Amino acid sequence: MKRRDFIKISGAAALAAACAPKGNQSGSGLADGPEEMVYRTNPNNGDKVSLIGFGCMRWPMVRNADGKSEINQEAVNEMVDYAIEHGINYFDTSPAYLQGQSEKAAGIALSRHPREKYYIATKLSNFSDQTPEASIRMYHDSFEQLKTDYFDYYLLHAIGSGGVAVFRQRYVDNGMMDFLQKEREAGRIRNLGFSFHGSPSEFDSLIGLHDSGEYHFDFVQIEMNYVDWTHADGIRNANAKYLYEELDKRGIPIVIMEPLLGGRLANVPESIAHQMKQREPDMSIASWAFRFCGSYDRVLCTLSGMTNMDPLLDNVKTFTHFQPLTEEELVFMEEMATQMMEYPMINCTDCKYCMPCPWGIDIPGTFQHYNRCITEGTYAQSQEQKNYRKLKQAYLVSYDRAVATVRQADHCIACGECLSHCPQSIAIPAQLSRIAKYIESLKQDTL
Amino acid sequence: MLKKLRIILALVFWTGITLLFLDFTGALHSWLGWMAKLQFLPALLALNVGVVAFLVVLTLVFGRVYCSVICPLGVLQDGISWLGTHKSKRPYKYKKELKWLRYGVWALFVIALVAGVQVFVALLAPYSAYGRMVQNLLQPLYLWGNNLLAWLAERAGSYAFYPREVWMRSLPTFLIAIVTLVVIVVLSFKGGRTWCNSICPVGTTLSFLSRFAMFRPVIDADQCVRCKTCEVNCKAQCISITKEAVHIDYSRCVDCFNCIDTCPKGGLKYRFAWGSGAKTPQNAPKLAEKDHSGAESAKNAPESAQRRAFLAGTAIAVGAAALKGIEARAQEVAKKTDGGFADVLPKQAPKRETPITPPGSLGARNFYRRCTGCQLCIAECPNNVLRPSTDLNHLMQPEMSFEKGYCRPECTRCGELCPSGAILPISKETKTNFHLGTAGVNTDLCLEATGKSQCGKCAQVCPTGAIMMVEQGDVRRPVVAEEVCIGCGKCEYLCPVRPISAITVNGREVHV
Repeated sequence: MKRRDFIKISGAAALAAACAPKGNQSGSGLADGPEEMVYRTNPNNGDKVSLIGFGCMRWPMVRNADGKSEINQEAVNEMVDYAIEHGINYFDTSPAYLQGQSEKAAGIALSRHPREKYYIATKLSNFSDQTPEASIRMYHDSFEQLKTDYFDYYLLHAIGSGGVAVFRQRYVDNGMMDFLQKEREAGRIRNLGFSFHGSPSEFDSLIGLHDSGEYHFDFVQIEMNYVDWTHADGIRNANAKYLYEELDKRGIPIVIMEPLLGGRLANVPESIAHQMKQREPDMSIASWAFRFCGSYDRVLCTLSGMTNMDPLLDNVKTFTHFQPLTEEELVFMEEMATQMMEYPMINCTDCKYCMPCPWGIDIPGTFQHYNRCITEGTYAQSQEQKNYRKLKQAYLVSYDRAVATVRQADHCIACGECLSHCPQSIAIPAQLSRIAKYIESLKQDTL
Repeated sequence: MLKKLRIILALVFWTGITLLFLDFTGALHSWLGWMAKLQFLPALLALNVGVVAFLVVLTLVFGRVYCSVICPLGVLQDGISWLGTHKSKRPYKYKKELKWLRYGVWALFVIALVAGVQVFVALLAPYSAYGRMVQNLLQPLYLWGNNLLAWLAERAGSYAFYPREVWMRSLPTFLIAIVTLVVIVVLSFKGGRTWCNSICPVGTTLSFLSRFAMFRPVIDADQCVRCKTCEVNCKAQCISITKEAVHIDYSRCVDCFNCIDTCPKGGLKYRFAWGSGAKTPQNAPKLAEKDHSGAESAKNAPESAQRRAFLAGTAIAVGAAALKGIEARAQEVAKKTDGGFADVLPKQAPKRETPITPPGSLGARNFYRRCTGCQLCIAECPNNVLRPSTDLNHLMQPEMSFEKGYCRPECTRCGELCPSGAILPISKETKTNFHLGTAGVNTDLCLEATGKSQCGKCAQVCPTGAIMMVEQGDVRRPVVAEEVCIGCGKCEYLCPVRPISAITVNGREVHV
């Protein structure tokens, strides 16, 4: 609540500042940067890409008359208009996002603007059906949904886990790589790349295909933020530092996803927030994470999945007064990352790839609630705690508010269906079971 | 003065008992539980000698103050009749005792009690009738109010209130509650304590004692000017003032003290008068006047009982048909996109050959003989496990089912609350000693046994380790160690198979 208010206020301040004549913004606490959006140039084709891109995976959903979830198109239009007006020109979607509705909503919102004003990135999200027919249908469908006849950036969606074997199964054996390369030659795909989630060795083997010349990738999308920089587990999930350096070496432009870890880096534990605010009282917590990503030159674009106007205003502010982090600030961020790691959070970014769980469990909802309680310190650890009763009530009541009873962790049967979908390689059933046990111990007062 | 005291005490009791039925948090019952335990019939069934003796002595000394103060149904009727009559100057007049009805119902009631026909007992017992109305008709409003607060609290970031599901636990009981309310309103709106003096078996029982009460309102015949102010203000319609004689029927007087309060001459006193009124009045007044309303209310009463029985019967039939009508829907498998929720079908109760009675009830025999169907445990059950039975033999008496939750290990609330000894208090530590039922597996539905999915949920969550997974051919299936299973219903509640779980609990006749 506080953060949102802050963003609203600071966003308004940014707007006011933007309207004011140049040089009349001293005392606003804003860094003296350029007034305009920061752009990076794609060395392959000279595309001028805004350093902040719009991720279309977290748009607001509303219930329609039939009780089904539906994207709030009006809100999306408003956000897209504002974004384009303020120089954001990269929009990243997928046929799988938001129950399959993201591309269509993006198409509706974007087609109201001239096509040359923005870049479209979408993906071949052939997770369930890998036959050539289904994959090609998905590809063609994306054109229709997005109301375009070319994609600026096209990605093989979430490869890495399972290494080259899975890559071949999803894209080579069914002839899709040949198909997509022809589409690139035909100009309907301007940049072909992939998004990566996996271990260092899986990355090595995939980028080996590029090195050997078997396939040429124009760009790669990786998960990068100040925590994942060196604090991803490094085993199942490669550190962002490693991925960045490997791609930088090869001169491959990098698009960044999860700069905020699904919002967790916008809402950090109080002690960390305090240290950030001490340094930059008027900048948002989230701005630190974005400045971190933008401080690396090989980064073409940093995606932010903005749900409403508040983060959009804040991001526009961050990237129109962009200040790369100094060496000293980078050291500070590493310190913050180290402190973040001390909190027993679940590495869920709320991407919802695990959903829908066939048994109806709200997996990201449960994890998000758990993480939020840890972040906000409303996490009872022992009955000995002075305010144990209060914390217990807060956890249980807020859990019921966040997740419907029949969708809570205790209903998971550990079928394992979700495991292969999680880009973070979270042991979802084990984590749900851990949360269910924690809640049992709260209810039974055996903590 | 006496009237004021009566009203204050009555409001205290009535509010307390009503709150006891409304509160779902369990916060009030340690404060107010004794008010339920003071109720006559529950105390009698609980063999609570102390309370019964207290009430007997109370009535022998002071008359039927129980009916005016302790009985929530009595106080409710006073409230309703106040609404119906406070504008009228001469709201009541003396009526003859409806002996055949009064003693007929009482005799039937005693026979039912002895024979174990608890439906009849639950229908007529005043405290149960009141509890049923509050739980079915008032608690939903209370919960909605709470849910509104919870909604506001959520927006204010407060955890002080949390929502609670409002649901129809049993249609027959709900309808009976409505009928009860209608009957009570109809009888008391203009008729004062007609119910208490013609039907209520507890009232009749106490009337046997109250005619010998030491203290009672006494008319000083010398001061009485035959103005009939007391008669027309008597809710029990038991004061007869004629030229020939003045007379109070102490078997029907509930000691409301309206007569004393209103007598313009101060000719009525509440005083020691032991041994003077046991005999029937010699100069019984003649009722020359037309008496339509009296005849009507007399007719109404037995009819309403029949109507209730009839309604209960039809309601059961309707309820059963509705249950059968809900057919299982196959779960649709959607094309893989991200986000959204799979449908979760609401659970349906399986057929249980033996109903499951609550922990602390010791078994069917003890439970069904003592439970008066007051719905207090049902109103309070925090896990939505208890609901009134729809079985005609046990109508309105609670039984357990696990569609919305299971009998959680840390909860012993129903036993703490039960005023009639049907559910005895047990401790958290000894709860697992009570075997409420036994789980059984339906291998046609079980995900593991049918090879549909790996699961093992029931074995994983069983609090006593009674469920194990065994290999059978190329599949696994759960098996239940009958003597270890306590019938808490956790496996049934968490079983992913819907709408009817693949593992279900059947009750046990004897829990220990």
